[in-house]
Amino acid sequence: MKIITLLKRAPDTEARILINREGTGIQEEGVKFVISTYDEYAVEEGLRLKEKMGGDSKVTVVCVGPEEATEMIRTALAMGADDAVHICDPAIKESEPFITAAVLAKAIKDNGFDIIFCGKQAIDDDMAQVQSILAEMLDIPQVNVATSFEISESGDKAVLRRRIEGGDEKVETQLPVIISCEKGLNEPRYASLPGIMKAKKKEIRTKALADLGMADAQGEIRSKILKWLPIPKGGECKVVEGEDVPTAVKELVRLLREEAKAL
Amino acid sequence: MANDVLVFGEMRGGELKKVTKELINTARTITEAGGGAIDALLIGEGAAGAAETIKDYGLRRITVTEDEPVKNYSTEGYAKVLTDIVQDHKPSYILVGATAMGRDLAPRTAARVNGVMFSDCIDVRMEDGICVVRRPVYSGKLYIELAREGERPTFISIRPNNIPPAEATGDGTEIVAHSSGVEADMIRALVKEIIPLSGGRPDLTEADVIVSGGRAMKDSSNFKILEELADLLGAAVGASRAAVDAGYAEHAIQVGQTGKIVNPKLYIACGISGAIQHLAGMRTSKVIVAINKDPNAPVFEKAHYGIVGDLFEIVPLLTEEIKKIM
Repeated sequence: MKIITLLKRAPDTEARILINREGTGIQEEGVKFVISTYDEYAVEEGLRLKEKMGGDSKVTVVCVGPEEATEMIRTALAMGADDAVHICDPAIKESEPFITAAVLAKAIKDNGFDIIFCGKQAIDDDMAQVQSILAEMLDIPQVNVATSFEISESGDKAVLRRRIEGGDEKVETQLPVIISCEKGLNEPRYASLPGIMKAKKKEIRTKALADLGMADAQGEIRSKILKWLPIPKGGECKVVEGEDVPTAVKELVRLLREEAKAL
Repeated sequence: MANDVLVFGEMRGGELKKVTKELINTARTITEAGGGAIDALLIGEGAAGAAETIKDYGLRRITVTEDEPVKNYSTEGYAKVLTDIVQDHKPSYILVGATAMGRDLAPRTAARVNGVMFSDCIDVRMEDGICVVRRPVYSGKLYIELAREGERPTFISIRPNNIPPAEATGDGTEIVAHSSGVEADMIRALVKEIIPLSGGRPDLTEADVIVSGGRAMKDSSNFKILEELADLLGAAVGASRAAVDAGYAEHAIQVGQTGKIVNPKLYIACGISGAIQHLAGMRTSKVIVAINKDPNAPVFEKAHYGIVGDLFEIVPLLTEEIKKIM
């Protein structure tokens, strides 16, 4: 079974994110970058499926990103992925999900695929679009925000749960399919020391757009960012005090009711 | 046409989602500045009945589809109907709720009609005839404002609870039944059933009030005191990542960058220190109350009201006090 897992390099969730001086993006200096959180669940689910299916099953990581993303790809290889395709070309405008999806579609078709796992969204731009656009481009079904995954005995169907408001949808899907993963789907493994050593020898096929036969993938720009804005500062916190705790709580309830009109 | 807007009215369990009226209001912002008419599309069981509830909202036309293959949601079934309507009516903008359904359906359909999409927007305005959207990035650590390049069907998903709902105008609307044209074998990923989360409390993303607990809850059984307060207020119960990682709560109720992004009218943070990734998920709440032992906890920087002390003493007292005024 050919298992693909998509991966993106993104700032750590604990990082403080500030706008750069030019106002054209974020300040990258001093920010720690990691595998975009949800993509880790995708890698883990891909590895579990490979272990289950056995035989000549293979997990291939596919990543669109700058040179620095090699570090994240190596981490996924150290977790146990077999090889990787890294599409690295300054002409790719990553803020355009249609372009990212088109590039991924070409690379994935060239590689061959039975199932694709990715994160439910990247933790930087939070768009959650690429996987669904990619599914349309590949003409395969999609299951977004998966919280459980089980492959059928025959390996041509899967049953999943996907998170919706107030519950889960239980979905039965045919393969090939693209599945975007929610936190809680599994517990991603850590890379072991032997894994890290092995990963150094695994193949990363780095490709420019021309290698994919896509010289003009930057063609259709569909959106423009007009402005980056800091979030508004929070107001002053009114710390409620009283002679004792019950008095303070009483005062808090009064403020919430009369001043904030929140009760 | 010019600035025609299509509102996708989301049906769940036979009911029209609350966010639909917020979408209608957004659509008015667009058409009032740029001209054009507002249509709505309702797909799913109960669509015709639900259409009556937005009949007097000044729409030009409401299209309803509820035949068997689209009674319940599927990406492929609904994407076909939405695609057909978009190709037929040629709206310039298509508005959907940034819900599980909208976030799944809109990008797929946008790809099919060669459109563009803006996800999770919190504000939409017209500037010199151009539609400008604002959306959070880095889970709400920053905002960006965007506009489309060129003319193409533009899908905008709007976060629930951000834009006030539209009021009825009294102008009636034509309701048109539409046959989906969906055959069962077109749906390769089929929803077999919906499994509700236990508890019967409102969903975090839809709740007006959220009571949330952090690492200081110390144990999952202690969430009971938060649940009592929540049930009194008709609130949802949330948890910080620290509490989830410690095994005190399920990930389904996690608030923050790797959980739910919420914006209720009232958010009560109990024993939550306020890690960046948590604040990113709840900072847009209208009123934030922090209860924490540590007066220097970062949560107080974002809170509107704070009380320093032991949550195990304060929360039950709060429940008692609120009971008195209800």
